[in-house]
Amino acid sequence: MAEQLLDVRNLTKRFGGFIALDGVDLHLDKGERLGLIGPNGSGKTTMINCISGALFNDEGAIDFEGRDITKLRAFERARLGIARSFQIPKPFRSMTVIENLFVPLEYAAWDRIDHSRVTEEAMEILERMGLVDLAHTNSADLTQIDMRKLELARALAARPDLLISDEAMAGLSNEEVDEILDILFALNEDGVAVIMIEHIMRAVMRYSERIVVLDAGRKIADGSPDEVVSNPDVERAYLGE
Amino acid sequence: MRKFWMVPVAVFVAGLLLTESLDNEFYFFAGYVILQGLIMGTAWNILGGFTGYVNFGSAGFFAVGAYTSIALNKAYALPLPILILASGLVCGIIGLGAGYLTLRLKGIYFAISTLAMAIVFETFINNWEYVGGASGAYILTPADSLFFSSYVELLFMVMLIIAIAAVCFARYLAVSRIGQGLTAIRDDELAAECMGVPTLRLKLISATAMGVFMGMAGAPYPFFVTFVDPLSAFSLFIAVNSIAMPLIGGTKVWYGPVIGALILGLTQEITTVTISSELNLLIVGVVLIGFITLAPAGIVGLVQDFNRKRLRAKAGD
Amino acid sequence: MSGELLINAVVSGLLIGGFYAAVALGLSITFGYLEIVNIAHPTFVIFGSYVTYIINLNFGLDPVISGLVFAPVFFILGMALYRFYYTSFEKAGQESLNGLAFFFGLMFTIEVLLILVYGVDYRLVNAPYIGETWHIGFVDFPLRLTVPFVIGTTMALGVYFFLSKTFLGRAIKAVSQDRLALQLMGADPIKVKQYALGIAIATAAVAGSLLIIIGPVEPSVGRLYIGRVFAIVVLGGMGSVGGTLTAALLIGVIESFVATFYGPSWAPAVSFGLLFVTLALRPQGMFGRA
Repeated sequence: MAEQLLDVRNLTKRFGGFIALDGVDLHLDKGERLGLIGPNGSGKTTMINCISGALFNDEGAIDFEGRDITKLRAFERARLGIARSFQIPKPFRSMTVIENLFVPLEYAAWDRIDHSRVTEEAMEILERMGLVDLAHTNSADLTQIDMRKLELARALAARPDLLISDEAMAGLSNEEVDEILDILFALNEDGVAVIMIEHIMRAVMRYSERIVVLDAGRKIADGSPDEVVSNPDVERAYLGE
Repeated sequence: MRKFWMVPVAVFVAGLLLTESLDNEFYFFAGYVILQGLIMGTAWNILGGFTGYVNFGSAGFFAVGAYTSIALNKAYALPLPILILASGLVCGIIGLGAGYLTLRLKGIYFAISTLAMAIVFETFINNWEYVGGASGAYILTPADSLFFSSYVELLFMVMLIIAIAAVCFARYLAVSRIGQGLTAIRDDELAAECMGVPTLRLKLISATAMGVFMGMAGAPYPFFVTFVDPLSAFSLFIAVNSIAMPLIGGTKVWYGPVIGALILGLTQEITTVTISSELNLLIVGVVLIGFITLAPAGIVGLVQDFNRKRLRAKAGD
Repeated sequence: MSGELLINAVVSGLLIGGFYAAVALGLSITFGYLEIVNIAHPTFVIFGSYVTYIINLNFGLDPVISGLVFAPVFFILGMALYRFYYTSFEKAGQESLNGLAFFFGLMFTIEVLLILVYGVDYRLVNAPYIGETWHIGFVDFPLRLTVPFVIGTTMALGVYFFLSKTFLGRAIKAVSQDRLALQLMGADPIKVKQYALGIAIATAAVAGSLLIIIGPVEPSVGRLYIGRVFAIVVLGGMGSVGGTLTAALLIGVIESFVATFYGPSWAPAVSFGLLFVTLALRPQGMFGRA
């Protein structure tokens, strides 16, 4: 029986009169690969903002590793093992690539790593991501794809049990998409659960063990990729009536 | 740099030697003023440059430090070191409290609230008769200047010690894990929070540290000028100077304010002697505008840019 | 507590509140629609007062008229200021904190220039109605307050209608919210913002001419207004002319109370204190969008 990692119940978030999320349930097992899809504005980013703690939900509860994290601030959740990358990369622009990794290593992952090995750990991650040669380059000077990789590298450096990747592949070429997918697969093999938000369908289909579909703040499908793809509600949501 | 402790020691010894060798008291008056700017600039930079939260109310902390000194001295005639520590404590608490109330706001609102806070304090002190209110207070120069030939030399050394402490603290902060957290907050607060940085806690540490050192900078001021009134203590000039000095030197490094203080402070002293002290007001305003428009990363930033271009040119060969 | 004193305190508070609204109007526009924190706005007002003083001294022109006469010049100044700000800060995507420090430096420098040229002596203007007071029963309407109140609130109403009824006005409201939509409608966002800051600084010119009617002016008077103006804008919610007016009247009345019953030296603490409390507890103000 797979162990439950994340349990989101009845998540509701409003912005003034606008209901961004309406009673969404989501569960995730340890090491599971979940795809989160839905049309624009369906609430995907709001969902992960609520899970990561960047926003606080109005109703509902979030459990992580058996513990209620609904009221915890984002940095506390990061320390517990939830990491996320941002849709539009947000590097620490005055720092080099490797310095960017020091921050999550020294904060989010501080209790989980050997304090004397911070630089080595950072270099190891850069090697996995293919960014070693850029270790001492200023992060503001990176190309698009390298910045995306840095986003992921930084989330990895937080030594998470759950990684949420928010459209890490948007606008990338086919080879670049495969590069990122390989990294995410390798990461998953280490036992990290991944929630992938993506619009690139072939990536989602290939990567996910399970897919959750949101539409206008509600969950309309939750199942294997084949089930979801043949679900008429999903088709309707994307293509309209 | 494990041998760094030698630098502050050397500076301290150099200061002592200066007091022994120089006879003209004017050097120590000027030196005091420059050191005051250095401390204020370094303190400002902890919250402003390292963490990215601009404080316009520096004069508020400085003046509260000065007036704490006046009030305590009037009530208990305490020795100067105690007054300095007390002022540091009071202003540190103010930094913590005000920070808790306003550091959750976006940077712009925080900046405005610092200005508001400074003027609220000014109004209170204007109405506080015990310390002289709006008419000001006179402070007698103590007769005892220890082994120095004049009291000004003593004050100079006192400020030098505070300055060394402030700069060492700023350096420690910069190279430590906390400093990395602060830089992350400055670069992208949301990303920092999601990477596990306890942003509010670090911002409060930053604000408290700034308050402590600004308060300490203000504590000896009454003894230096012998007459203090709210207008001069809360002067906007102090606030502008404490921003201009780090800006000139470079806000992202601990030695930026030092460079800026030496350059601007020296310029201001020379200007006062040769032309007029009012002109300093104009100079600092123009310098502030000039640097923030053309070289926001300060001299350090210009040097770094120059080096980067040079490396890139070399790589292109 | 005398009822007469109370009512007069309220009336003079309302009158000066109407003037405060005129001062805060420009900042409400720049802060609310341009997202520029022009902390130097009150200094432009003082600058306007000095221009009024010069015109009044040399040409004997009535201050209100001079205000309207040189407002167009200030309009152009505002446009130029935006151009400069845009090129130096906005274009590069610089932190708006750099812009804030720029305006702080600008504020300080303008004040210093005024001190260097005119010194710290108070300057005043001569006009037949300064010093006269209308009486309705026991209620006093000093004309030096009433005229600014009337002109100030008229200007506020004018701006309100401009923003809601004209194309440019609505473009200004839209520019911070949706640049792309604006461009698609054929309006150049940069030009729109230029006009907006131009209008804001022009209102500062008029406010300056009114300020020197109310009382003598010297360079550091602007500093008192920083707190008032920001308190009004934050309390009233950015960009809301109605909110600005309401908050301004409120602050005017509270200040008048405090000055009458506790002494005028406490008056600065009112607006700055209110500002601080509002920022700490409810940054979006009474009317603003969060």
